[in-house]
Amino acid sequence: MGYYILRRLLIAIPSLLGISVVLFTVLALAPGDPFEELATNPAVPPEVRMALRAKFGLDDPVAVRYVRWITAMAQGDWGYSFVSRINVDQLILQRLGVTLFVIGSSQILALLIAIPVGVIAATRPYSVFDQIANTLAFIGFSLPTFFTGLLFILVFSIWLDWLPFVYQADIKAVGWRWYWEHIRQAIMPIAVLGLFQGASLVRYVRSAVLDVIRLDYVTTARAKGLGERVVIVKHVVRNALIPVVTLVALQMPAIFGGAIVTEQIFRIPGIGSLLISSILANDTPVIMAVTFVFACLVVLFNLIADILYGWLDPRITFR
Amino acid sequence: MKEHELRALIDNVKDGKLTRRSFVNRMLALGLTAPMASQMLDFCGVARADTKFNYKPTKRGGGGALRLLWWQAPTLLNPHFATGTKDQDASRIFYEPLAGWDSDGNLVAALAAEIPSRENGGLAADGKSVTWKLKQGVKWHDGKPFTADDVVFNWEFSSDPETATVTSGSYKDVKVEKVDDFTVRILFDKPTPFWADAFVGTAGMIIPKHLFVDYKGAKSREAPTNLKPVGTGAFKFVDFKPGDMVRAEAFADYHIPNQPYFDTLEMKGGGDAVSAARAVLQTGEYDYAWNMQVEDAILKRLETGGKGEVHVVPGGNIEFIQLNSTDPWTEVDGERSSIKTKHPAFSDPAVRQAMMLLVDRKSVEDHIYGRTGVATANFLNNPERFNSKNTKYEFSVAKANELLDKAGWKKGADGIREKGGVKLKFVYQTSINAPRQKNQAIVKQAAQQAGIDLELKSVVASVFFSSDVANPDTYPKFYADIQMYTTTMSQPDPDRFMNQYCSWEVATKDNKWQGRNSSRFRNGEYDKLYKEAQGELDPVKRAALFIRMNDIVVGPENGTIIPVVYRPRAHSRSKTLRADVSGWDNDTWALARWYREA
Repeated sequence: MGYYILRRLLIAIPSLLGISVVLFTVLALAPGDPFEELATNPAVPPEVRMALRAKFGLDDPVAVRYVRWITAMAQGDWGYSFVSRINVDQLILQRLGVTLFVIGSSQILALLIAIPVGVIAATRPYSVFDQIANTLAFIGFSLPTFFTGLLFILVFSIWLDWLPFVYQADIKAVGWRWYWEHIRQAIMPIAVLGLFQGASLVRYVRSAVLDVIRLDYVTTARAKGLGERVVIVKHVVRNALIPVVTLVALQMPAIFGGAIVTEQIFRIPGIGSLLISSILANDTPVIMAVTFVFACLVVLFNLIADILYGWLDPRITFR
Repeated sequence: MKEHELRALIDNVKDGKLTRRSFVNRMLALGLTAPMASQMLDFCGVARADTKFNYKPTKRGGGGALRLLWWQAPTLLNPHFATGTKDQDASRIFYEPLAGWDSDGNLVAALAAEIPSRENGGLAADGKSVTWKLKQGVKWHDGKPFTADDVVFNWEFSSDPETATVTSGSYKDVKVEKVDDFTVRILFDKPTPFWADAFVGTAGMIIPKHLFVDYKGAKSREAPTNLKPVGTGAFKFVDFKPGDMVRAEAFADYHIPNQPYFDTLEMKGGGDAVSAARAVLQTGEYDYAWNMQVEDAILKRLETGGKGEVHVVPGGNIEFIQLNSTDPWTEVDGERSSIKTKHPAFSDPAVRQAMMLLVDRKSVEDHIYGRTGVATANFLNNPERFNSKNTKYEFSVAKANELLDKAGWKKGADGIREKGGVKLKFVYQTSINAPRQKNQAIVKQAAQQAGIDLELKSVVASVFFSSDVANPDTYPKFYADIQMYTTTMSQPDPDRFMNQYCSWEVATKDNKWQGRNSSRFRNGEYDKLYKEAQGELDPVKRAALFIRMNDIVVGPENGTIIPVVYRPRAHSRSKTLRADVSGWDNDTWALARWYREA
């Protein structure tokens, strides 16, 4: 097991290097200039822009810039934001907490919805409940998050005026009020992400349970005279959830992707909105760092999925 | 408008026949800036009107929280490194210049004790120096006194090429010396008519010497104060998250009594302009949102929410069309649009005049921009208030046809005019932005009726406005016949603005397309007038020179520029908020005076 993890981690290194080369080249080839705004402002002499470009090494060939970036990265130096003029790791750390909170809560919400609904739908296939759950699930994952986000804002903030649509990372209230304000502003983004995720999970949970529920051991359990509840919870769900767990892990990167858009809509100061604003400002070191973090997450969650799968299902061995 | 006409107008203001405000408006119509107009009045001894802003609160604080929404989030808080207005606006919460510009273009003292003038001895008769008296008793937020040393330090800091500050344009060609603890003198190497640049307005914010003295030159980026500003402003720093939030609270020792009214301030960033407008106009979550680049129809609909309203202040932005003077389709020495070539069609004045007649500015104003774009014939214009023979614009397909017929451009079988093998087929480029694409379509339609075929091209804004030497689609390269964009004149003086038509500023391969003259306009008379204006100390004479330059550029004989709409600055604000906002300075220039009325 230890050997397996070590080997997987070692394999991850060349793939991450490959990802970084591709990212860097694409960014270097993409048009745009971080000091563009200075170029259109007649009050700023062109020499200033030239000096800044030289200072941040933007005039060097792409290969030189890449080697410089990768050696700095290897030493734990994430680079320096052209736009904010602070270190990139500081910028990301400031925002990581919010992103993790939103993504984590939405994932929990997704599971809270998907597991019970999926299981009930599978135990009564083609019932009215199953039909409704299926229909809603299809609607749920057909609607993109940017659309549901705007829809929620329109309904809950503007028509009903219940919830704020501008997210504040630091709320000044204390005690219960603090929690209340946090929940109030987080409801919409978490619901948007969680419902989207939950909708697709419902389908998986349902089919996984349907696969298991017909197996002989389930019939045996029923024949032993166990209550339906115990059969479902202890015997069926435990086994049916194995593929679902790996799926959840594998889908984590997709949620980070969805979070980028959602963060922008609700003005959540997370790393997703950081990515968007840096792309707009051509702030290459930040774009590089954030996309690289996402790449690491994809690789990491793939590994976690594989390990979890083996751990949950002893029939699978690591080699 | 000639110099004597200007003088007559100024006399009218003196006699009270014309208000100061309407004089300024007339000058705006002639392509001058409000600061320049008010400078003329000052120079001619017209008494300055008292500041019109009515500040009612009678004590400091008690106003609660002020919530601002900047849809582009500020990313740094050092005014000398501010990449865009968003950073300047956020820095202005904490830092102050010696003086700022109000919406009528008057200088209003902030850290200065008085505005320099001939009468108080601040301005030297030879135009080579200006002496600023500083306000005494001003404290930095950390309690240290503000003195002349700080002012001199800002000049050293900004003009040091190693520091690479974005404000260096205002400081690198001047010298600053300390006269005594509360007096500084700025020395120019040649007579300088526009002296209120260094230490004034957007580029003039003053940072404390005692916190930055160790971080000059290459080390400037390490200064901790870059992210935790300590200024002299009405609000002092609480917290800053780059790209997200700036928090501030009232400064108890602020140097103006009874200000500020608000106890705390937050500036939230990010999102988009439409939802920012919504948060102010419709839900009232925020008190003020900046830079409403939103179609007027949407703003009007949001305003029906009743929580806030859209305000428009005059500034210096103009959306305009350039006709290429050079040939973009012939390559000479590895560059297209080379000044060694002439445009095959636009070298004929008849074609240029026809193009000017084919831009339906009124429709562009009515159907696209609404309150946020006013049809114009000049670099700055307000046709309702002013009409003179040199500010006329006209839309007439018939006249354009007549002109082209007379000049010998005959319609071919495909309906496109041609003469001597040259067809009137042009490529018309601009950046991707919904109103611009609509604007292009309006012009194309009219041109078609006159037998001119326009191929529309839209370039992503990040490419179009970049200075990327390798990319052929940038506006300085101008590899098209016609292009359109907005040029900003946030600077209070047209000197730097008008250099974009000087022949020595042409963007060429030799200067890596860094020259500001992207239209490749060249005219000997213009160059001569510009040089004359640079040394002209009498603001009235100077204004007359700039007006003549403007007329050459947009005029029928030599002009290649078609101004389309003048774009005032729009912001949304809560109905209860009383804010003093100026188009010639940062939106936050007078935050200390903002208050709320029930």
